[in-house]
Amino acid sequence: MSIQEFFSMGGYAFYVWTSYGLTLLVLLANIIIPVSQRKHFFRQSLKRKR
Amino acid sequence: MPWLVGVFALLTAAGLYGGLYLAPADYQQGDSYRIIYIHVPSAWMSLFIYVVMAISGAIGLIWRIKLAEIVAISSAPIGASFTFIALVTGSLWGKPMWGTWWVWDARLTSELILLFLYLGVIGLYGAIDDKRVASKAIAILALVGVVNIPIIHYSVEWWNTLHQGPTVTKMDKPSIHVSMLIPLLVMALSFKFFYLIALLQRARIELLRRERNSQWVKTMLLEDK
Repeated sequence: MSIQEFFSMGGYAFYVWTSYGLTLLVLLANIIIPVSQRKHFFRQSLKRKR
Repeated sequence: MPWLVGVFALLTAAGLYGGLYLAPADYQQGDSYRIIYIHVPSAWMSLFIYVVMAISGAIGLIWRIKLAEIVAISSAPIGASFTFIALVTGSLWGKPMWGTWWVWDARLTSELILLFLYLGVIGLYGAIDDKRVASKAIAILALVGVVNIPIIHYSVEWWNTLHQGPTVTKMDKPSIHVSMLIPLLVMALSFKFFYLIALLQRARIELLRRERNSQWVKTMLLEDK
């Protein structure tokens, strides 16, 4: 199977890759959001102490 | 934590390699069926996380265990995410195969209600300032909503749905070839690990916010920075 064949997904490239791309985005957001909230929490707490 | 991420990465790589490359195309659906490797595990997770949320909510309600309350509310956005993924990937699979993005059949509608239940839990929790009271409220909402879980699971058997019936979770042998089944189960396991990783991240910030006036958080802040 060539690379082009793999990415064309038998003509269903749009549906398959949109599904996978969107899933990746949603899963990434589920890590990025709490991590950035924690950073924000520490920044705010330090500011309050000063 | 790092080993959890490692296991998740390995499982995902193996599952995607098996599902997108090794497994053959479906004889009816061609390559479009490959959406299954995220659609079905996400749908399973949407139900699994809801049950975890309701059980930990109940534990928090009965024994007032703070950690159970934190697990319950931290699970909600992750469960909502998987429900959203299941709905959207289902739509993206339905368009080429059924010819429509959406139908109001029992499986799709009950899964949409699940999304609203998750959003209700998140909204209710945010609306109540006292987080111990909020935890009680969402536990009750989550427990009432449990009635939807068997409805989603059995919807394809109880009603005539456009959505197909089960091919894996039935008493008989799964009616899916093993070369397609193994990547599916690997992806399901990988999503379980993702849930664990995301849950720990959410629980950490939730715990910090709740305990920001307690001595251990203050000590940690002093030592850390």
